[in-house]
Amino acid sequence: MTTTVATAGATDSPYALTHLDALESEAVHIFREVAGEFERPVILFSGGKDSIVMLHLALKAFAPAAVPFSLLHVDTGHNFPEVLDYRDRAVARHSLRLHVAFVQDYIDRGTLKERPDGTRNPLQTVPLTEAIQRERFDAVFGGGRRDEEKARAKERVFSLRDEFSQWNPRRQRPELWNLYNGRHAPGEHVRVFPLSNWTELDVWQYIKRESVELPDIYFSHEREVFQRNGMWLTAGDWGGPGEDETIQKRRVRYRTVGDMSCTGAVDSEADTTDKVIAEIAASRLTERGATRADDKLSEAAMEDRKREGYF
Amino acid sequence: MTSTADPAEPLPPQRAHAATLLRFATAGSVDDGKSTLVGRLLHDSKSVLTDQLEAVERASAGRGTEGPDLALLTDGLRAEREQGITIDVAYRYFATARRRFILADTPGHVQYTRNMVTGASTAELTVVLVDARNGMVEQTRRHAAIAALLRVPHVVLAVNKMDLVGFAEPVFAAIAEEFTAYAASLGVPDVTAIPISALAGDNVVEPSARMDWYGGPTVLEHLETVIVTHDLASGPARLPVQYVIRPQTAEDPDYRGYAGQIASGAFRVGDEITVLPSGRTSRIRGIDLLGEPVDTAWAPQSVTLLLADDLDISRGDLIAPTAQAPATIQDVTATVCHVADQPLTVGQRVLLKHCTRTVKAVVRDIPSRLTLDDLSPHPAPGRLAANDIGQVSIRTAEPLPLDSYGESRRTGSFILLDPQDGATLTACMTGQTGVGVRQPALDRG
Repeated sequence: MTTTVATAGATDSPYALTHLDALESEAVHIFREVAGEFERPVILFSGGKDSIVMLHLALKAFAPAAVPFSLLHVDTGHNFPEVLDYRDRAVARHSLRLHVAFVQDYIDRGTLKERPDGTRNPLQTVPLTEAIQRERFDAVFGGGRRDEEKARAKERVFSLRDEFSQWNPRRQRPELWNLYNGRHAPGEHVRVFPLSNWTELDVWQYIKRESVELPDIYFSHEREVFQRNGMWLTAGDWGGPGEDETIQKRRVRYRTVGDMSCTGAVDSEADTTDKVIAEIAASRLTERGATRADDKLSEAAMEDRKREGYF
Repeated sequence: MTSTADPAEPLPPQRAHAATLLRFATAGSVDDGKSTLVGRLLHDSKSVLTDQLEAVERASAGRGTEGPDLALLTDGLRAEREQGITIDVAYRYFATARRRFILADTPGHVQYTRNMVTGASTAELTVVLVDARNGMVEQTRRHAAIAALLRVPHVVLAVNKMDLVGFAEPVFAAIAEEFTAYAASLGVPDVTAIPISALAGDNVVEPSARMDWYGGPTVLEHLETVIVTHDLASGPARLPVQYVIRPQTAEDPDYRGYAGQIASGAFRVGDEITVLPSGRTSRIRGIDLLGEPVDTAWAPQSVTLLLADDLDISRGDLIAPTAQAPATIQDVTATVCHVADQPLTVGQRVLLKHCTRTVKAVVRDIPSRLTLDDLSPHPAPGRLAANDIGQVSIRTAEPLPLDSYGESRRTGSFILLDPQDGATLTACMTGQTGVGVRQPALDRG
């Protein structure tokens, strides 16, 4: 036999970092690279768990100094009130500056048209890209993770966008070692994804370890919902239920938080972080597969939206 | 408190036995079964979820193929699905009870060598796939050479399609012997050869009953147990300064911390340090690990160092133990892989990013280019085209504290950028590497 059998035992070196420590260290490195190389970075902050973890990491990266970035929220007008409340408290607690781009303003002005299916998620792209141009942001942090979707699996940590905010997957820069390339021409910007290598479970384990506070809707609660396209949607002024849809009271929670018109709740008894972790670990559905209508539109729905400038 | 930088000194044991992260890459030619192996690893470790499988089944049915095409799990772009090939690196995530894995799934075509280099640059382990019926082919040698070039610490040879050679031990043994000898001649320190059938699942996650002559681990078992983290934390300590943290608040009026991710080795409070390129010296007064004071920190932790003296230090500087500080140089010879479509030429002006520092530089000479077909050096080519591997001499505008890539992947690597449009041009590794240097072995090709 000529094979070399693995000599390693089951124990790791005392230098080994836990996977959460390794992911945290990498994300902090990314935040500090951006702080060192860009003039006007901004964090996309929706009040969802990924952006909350991003903010938590940014706070740790620059402690004891303040986070050297402002926040940008694209408000679809169909946001969960609990999430907007969380957003405003976070901004006040950490003395941050918040920019808000309102989809409703664009609809009121006639610049954007309401879609027949009522979902406002795709309408976010124009207000987002215009806010980036107007404020001259040159680095825009997003909470996107590569495990979310197969187009996102191809995304770089530093992702160059042209002056129209477009992503061109065939012209991505190779990303070598941890040498991130942030160079861009005036008008262009770079989307930065510090959570690229995190999974949904990593995010929740980190939330538990760091005792990060989340909006209540991530935990099991009673809610008035109705069924549309196989998902439980929250009833409300945004446009539901329709005539042949009926409201029910169910024990549910949200796995993702986005626009109310396309983010579904899941039946759940998980009312603590530990129970959520156990639930996700056992789930046979991905986060987006379970709760996002917009990804089901076509095989390349995410890739197409990202090309247009979506996050 | 200690002032030594001896890497042999024991570190706090609290992190032992923790669930760690392994980054690995796969390499294999188009028909070697790479997608099947990746699909099998994901599937058998229960990392493919119902809605993902349903989406693959829907898409497979939509184009009339029989049964789900598992390659659709990994080919995420329109153009990839249209052409049925993998164009770009994709990153996959899966976990077992013992470890978390980040898999850089890299394309196998010759024209995507740069993507393989991209995947291998962060990998601690590479799986090279070989078809048992064909044995070692040109692509196998290329994959082994890239693993050697990038100093991927561990290489797994997966001899696939053992079901098509009757699970015969001599077939496997011959390929394993040839590959191990070839890899050793390239300077690959550790090869683990595993006979598998990715299609049937033999020795991927579950041990094979049909190859009882094989006593080693399955692919997954090896991935779970291989020790890798020691490499980064050993060696001399290096901290590239990313950002200076100065709160200037009432609570912290005098705080001045040098933030960065430790590139190699360990720092301890009390260590005597030198700042490069200025050469000024001081002592570590404190270490903050993301807001918490600690006595010791090691690679790849992101930390903030506080020094005893008020020195002029900014982004781009490197902090190292005075006793083990690297020399600073302005003339660099590196082994490179050119990753841009436009060629790299002698006399070209570029930007060079090393750790956190970007400086002007000029390409002085391109002494050789590796002929990828047989890995022989081609002298004085004058230019490097996309996917070319070669030697390049560069003169930098400012002195840089460069380590040899063989000593430290982080402080021994740098990239060249186009000063006009900022494009990433070339991946570079300082010092001599095995490939293109050890001629006798390479002449085997």
